[in-house]
Amino acid sequence: MTQRETQPETQPETQREVRRETPPETRRGRLLELRDVAVTYRSAAGDVPAVRGVSLTLGEGEALGVAGESGSGKSTLAMALLRLLPKTARVTGGILLDGEDVLTMSWGRLRAVRWASASVVFQGAQHALNPVRRVGAQIAEPLLVHGTATPARARTRVAELLEQVGLPAWRERSYPHELSGGQRQRVMIAMALACEPHLIIADEPTTALDVMIQAQVLALIRTLIADRGISLIMISHDLSVLAATCDRLAVMYAGKVVETGPSREVFTAARHPYSRALAEAFPTVGDLASRMAPRGLGGDPPDPMRLPGGCSFRPRCPVALPSCATRDVELWPADRTPDGQIPDGPALDAQAPDGQAPGAPPPDGRIPPEHARPVPRHTAACVHVLPEPAKESA
Amino acid sequence: MTLLEAIDVHVEFTARGRRARAVDGVNLAVGEGEIVALVGESGCGKTTLARTLLGLERPASGAVRYGGAPLTYSTRALKAYRREVQLVPQDPTGSLNPRHTVYEAVAEGPRIHGLPGERERVASALSRAGLRPPERFFPVYPHELSGGQRQRVVIAGALALEPRVLVADEPVASLDASVRGEILALLLRLRAELGLSALVVTHDLGLAWNIADRVAVMYLGRIVESGPVEQVLSAPSHPYTQALLSVLPESPSPIVLGGEPPDPTGIPGGCRFHPRCQVLAGGQAAEAGVDGRCRSQPLDILPAAPGSRVACHFAEAGRAPA
Repeated sequence: MTQRETQPETQPETQREVRRETPPETRRGRLLELRDVAVTYRSAAGDVPAVRGVSLTLGEGEALGVAGESGSGKSTLAMALLRLLPKTARVTGGILLDGEDVLTMSWGRLRAVRWASASVVFQGAQHALNPVRRVGAQIAEPLLVHGTATPARARTRVAELLEQVGLPAWRERSYPHELSGGQRQRVMIAMALACEPHLIIADEPTTALDVMIQAQVLALIRTLIADRGISLIMISHDLSVLAATCDRLAVMYAGKVVETGPSREVFTAARHPYSRALAEAFPTVGDLASRMAPRGLGGDPPDPMRLPGGCSFRPRCPVALPSCATRDVELWPADRTPDGQIPDGPALDAQAPDGQAPGAPPPDGRIPPEHARPVPRHTAACVHVLPEPAKESA
Repeated sequence: MTLLEAIDVHVEFTARGRRARAVDGVNLAVGEGEIVALVGESGCGKTTLARTLLGLERPASGAVRYGGAPLTYSTRALKAYRREVQLVPQDPTGSLNPRHTVYEAVAEGPRIHGLPGERERVASALSRAGLRPPERFFPVYPHELSGGQRQRVVIAGALALEPRVLVADEPVASLDASVRGEILALLLRLRAELGLSALVVTHDLGLAWNIADRVAVMYLGRIVESGPVEQVLSAPSHPYTQALLSVLPESPSPIVLGGEPPDPTGIPGGCRFHPRCQVLAGGQAAEAGVDGRCRSQPLDILPAAPGSRVACHFAEAGRAPA
């Protein structure tokens, strides 16, 4: 996979801007493609499979939300994208960023890619920032390390970046402890933007923040990705936050994606019982069904070293069937019509095998096939999306 | 009947020579078997108020009353008081000693208070908190438990003293979404089975909607709106409550307030919310002819009454007959 599917880097800025204005479905190019990514931690007690075969794609300018609880593998997956995992982690599969496999990159190339092509907004900014350096110096660091700016130019750029994230320029002289949680998170976002990456990976960017500050930070992230055509992967356990920020969602459980599809659909019409539990965990204020009726999910997250056979979610599943103990699940189309038919339309590009055109052109043929990016399909790894289980349970 | 009450409580701190009015005049009552949510942003004084209600801070003026009697701050009186009113801390991982087993963690309170029947007490507290069979958890260390289980151990530790009120500070903020509902359901069940009252301190309005009977919204040391959850959260009167609700992810038109939560060392004159108020900034307050009052006339401290109350010149003007 050496051929770049995105526009070449030499393309003038003006053309890039034009392309960004086109609607997501017609935008071409995958920025990121994960192929059967697996991450195993070696530990004294044995191998711990944290991520067990995840395939996903992310288009240019697209925002993908990855949801799941602690131990689902969502943060491990995010850190694997830039090889930020500890040495005890073994990563297999393919992580193609702009068509180039991150897993086989030299260290030199990887250093260039980090910050400049893709950057990370870490969870808990108070720990990710250096407490004894001024935030301006920390924001300037990637610019200077990557040699993209002289010290003088870096100063101007820091001021620009602080302004973009809604902080006054004089804040560059502050130390992290002089800032509030929301301001520190803004500094993290400014750092992530410094080298103008195409992709930002945000790991629980608002989890420790208050509602109002969370709203400010999410609004900032939304504006930045929309204005600059940056792609976003956002990790969270809060499906409602992801649904409000991302185009597409992938729900992870026990190291696998168990449901994926357009955000609204996954959030409001989840087909996997785990996604449904996550969606219902945060009530809609005013919805009388949730008044005095908090909804959660019984049981505990599975031990990755002792996963049950069949569907891993079965022990906690409220609608499990006897066959779920033995039958392997995979991501099946979940957007079936009531009579069990798969609706017409192009398939999710992640599912298209290598070398095959990802999805058919639209019926009116206005968009040439090579420009068509198919509408992402809703899929779920649960036997209940298949037409057969209804008969089995009857 | 009112069980736990704050009457015109003021709590002050001195930070670098500056006086911070963390709690600046609050009336709040928690009735028997009632769950009250105290909602606000970081720095609004909600945790300080909760600590004051637990007897951990002494008010500069005003009083805390429990069962109608004012709190006395002698060591002996506080020890007896803490059997009745127990704290459920925010972060279960941080508040459990990693070298103590579950049994020791839960037995600590009964030992301090010299209560009889320790083993039965611990077993009963664990099973009430949903850790069953309790004997299986006795020898387990915190690191062997999931986050939700640790929070249950912390709740069991409080229950072992058979308190009448739980003061829970962000009881689910550090938990996964999937576990959250289970812990909230546990608080509701404890109320139903034991008649426990609870004051839940949180920034999460969804939590209030899920389990609380009444809600009090706190801003910069004062309660700005309080009342039954259905009324306050379905039809908020205070612009601050309206803004908090509008930024929930599901909301169609968010009102994102600028700036950071303000500083208790420099409380603005007039209405303390006026520098961030969207109703004042948007001109509606001027149309109603109250903008002058918003900027200069302080609002009265809300009483701890059961009905809906709001501290806002604009809302009061709207309520008055035109």
